[in-house]
Amino acid sequence: MADGTVDFAAASRAALQDPQLRGNFRRAMDGLMGKRAAQFPDAAEWRGVRELAAAVRLRALAKLPELLERLEENCSRNGITVHWAATTAEANAIALDILRKVDAKLVVKGKSMVTEEMHLNAVLEDHGIEVLESDLGEYIVQLDGTMPSHIIMPAIHLNTKQIAHLFKRKIKDAESREDAAYLTDLARRVLRAKFLAADVGMSGVNAAVAETGTLCLIENEGNGRMCTTVPPVHIAFMGLEKVVEKLEDVPPVISLLPRSATGQPITTYVNMISGPRKSGEKDGPREVHLVILDNGRSSIYADPELRDTLRCIRCGACMNHCPVYTKVGGHAYEAPYPGPIGKILVPQIEGLETRGALPHACTMCNACVEICPVKIPIVEIMGRLRVEAVRPGGAVKDGGAKASRAEAMVWSGWAAMNASPTAYRIATLAMSRLGNAAPSSLPLLKDWTRVDNEAVRSKPRFATRTLHDLARAKGIPDA
Amino acid sequence: MDHQPATPKPTRVYYFGTCLVDLFFPDAGMAGIELLQAQGLTVVFPQGQSCCGQPAYNSGYRAEALKVARAQLDLFPGDDPIVVPSGSCAGMMKKHWPDLFHGEPDEAKAVQVASRVWELTQFLVQALEVRLTDKGEPVRVTWHASCHAQREMGVVDEPKALLRQLANVELVELAREKECCGFGGTFAVRHPEISAAMVGDKVADIAGTGAARVVSGDCGCLLNITGALEAGRQPVQGQHIAQFLKERTHG
Repeated sequence: MADGTVDFAAASRAALQDPQLRGNFRRAMDGLMGKRAAQFPDAAEWRGVRELAAAVRLRALAKLPELLERLEENCSRNGITVHWAATTAEANAIALDILRKVDAKLVVKGKSMVTEEMHLNAVLEDHGIEVLESDLGEYIVQLDGTMPSHIIMPAIHLNTKQIAHLFKRKIKDAESREDAAYLTDLARRVLRAKFLAADVGMSGVNAAVAETGTLCLIENEGNGRMCTTVPPVHIAFMGLEKVVEKLEDVPPVISLLPRSATGQPITTYVNMISGPRKSGEKDGPREVHLVILDNGRSSIYADPELRDTLRCIRCGACMNHCPVYTKVGGHAYEAPYPGPIGKILVPQIEGLETRGALPHACTMCNACVEICPVKIPIVEIMGRLRVEAVRPGGAVKDGGAKASRAEAMVWSGWAAMNASPTAYRIATLAMSRLGNAAPSSLPLLKDWTRVDNEAVRSKPRFATRTLHDLARAKGIPDA
Repeated sequence: MDHQPATPKPTRVYYFGTCLVDLFFPDAGMAGIELLQAQGLTVVFPQGQSCCGQPAYNSGYRAEALKVARAQLDLFPGDDPIVVPSGSCAGMMKKHWPDLFHGEPDEAKAVQVASRVWELTQFLVQALEVRLTDKGEPVRVTWHASCHAQREMGVVDEPKALLRQLANVELVELAREKECCGFGGTFAVRHPEISAAMVGDKVADIAGTGAARVVSGDCGCLLNITGALEAGRQPVQGQHIAQFLKERTHG
């Protein structure tokens, strides 16, 4: 992924030319926005619970180093083995090492965005280990050989018809039926057998409770519970920001997350995992491992403004409400985290050299900021990353990678013109007299007026007299 | 709400016209001045004004934005309100100038100026509590809310309340009123394809209302939307709310 500059513009162009894809996203996001809104009919309740959840996350981040130590201590006391990974390569090596020790041949996985960040499936397959995604959406994208297009609904880019075709091609004895119940049942039959045969189950973590050493995992399909209880070994993966201080910090998070994400009051399953099977217990894994991944998060943490990125509880509501995401879909971002949170998180993790375009893929409309359940100032961070992209040094990896002397000169000229009333008057005079003669083929005007050789917007027309002129002519006082 | 109704009502205001109004919509800018004058106010238009600095600020060039914003600071001495016929530029001044000037020697002045900034319709409704009399023919219009007016200035109901005061104006709201039109400043030329897709959806929504006009309070959105309406040969006209209100109330 980080092997070269990722071309968001090219990928989004391709997405825009796919009417099926655009229709799927438009319908899905409209539905999700409506469902979320229905969960918060009372503005005062929304403000209250949002303040509470934001405070939980802020407090956790304020004490992050201490809470991570307590988490490790209490997890260890509960019999959970804690592993620390500075990079995704280290996290993959840790996973492989655990798998080797138990001679694992088959892994079943619940949804985990951190393992997407690690490209864990590809690594395991390279080592001859079969890995099966068990979340229905993840299972679908795995069968399709693609990436999740949304962090909560990985296969949201596909409709029932497309999924029916995929299943028919990939699953033995599948009938060609565009029926969600049939397709779900089909996937369930495939997955059931694998749960029972798997050597290791893997999962993500929605919140890790420092004071109790408990891993909280929410899900709707029961696959998370199967992955974390049936196979003899469970490995959970989390980004280091997912820790919360106390057990009572969990309810605001697991209440706001599904309400914001899918418009559900609560998920069907809420798993609180507090260690391997104890003597005398009849089920549960023999071993539980927790892999805590840094992958650039501690650098993000070090900057007081950028740190707010780590508040995220991965509900995906920012995607559902993003007018850009709704148009281009999740794959255009070519990143584990698409949409607004991806536009601020991915450049900080992977660097501005390859990801410097992402913070500009935003109109700064603030729709995401308005609904973020933990009040992340996404657009302010977006603006900060735009500064970092053209300023060498700085706090973000590859700062200044997008600096261009031509662009700097343009802005310097713009500032000189707008900072001097005389220069401004001359410039606006010139524009109002000559601006309309500018040919539509000029670089910026061409982009404005034509897309794919089709007229999308008429040329802006300069007025012949500016407001300054009119005000002067009408005798509007100057001071 | 950011502002309490000023008591007694202000008698003198500054007007910050914005660079887009200056170059592309000066008649809308003038209409805003005249709407304020019609309420008995003295309107001061400092001729030294240019731009709030937002284009550079949002492009990552904060030093350049600061230079331009600083050039505006001395144009508004005293305590009189500063009225801006744009939610986006007003938002830049009110919300972002304090950040932009943070730690600068003139920070206190910037904060003081920022605190006096109002968006035009917000000022007409909240500070002046205007009552408009419609003198126009029956017409159906729709309202386009700019993202920054809504989410930075908190201006959601004010413009619609003004339109609803007009007896012969039927306001039909957009199905997706809160969704961005795809302008986004430099976004429109950095990502022209996505921007065009966004304004395409917006134009379809506007056409669906059957309105003869789409009225908005922000000229960036208007350049984008009217440009797309023209390119798509849609019969709907775009207009700044100041100009629309002035036309309706001045007969």
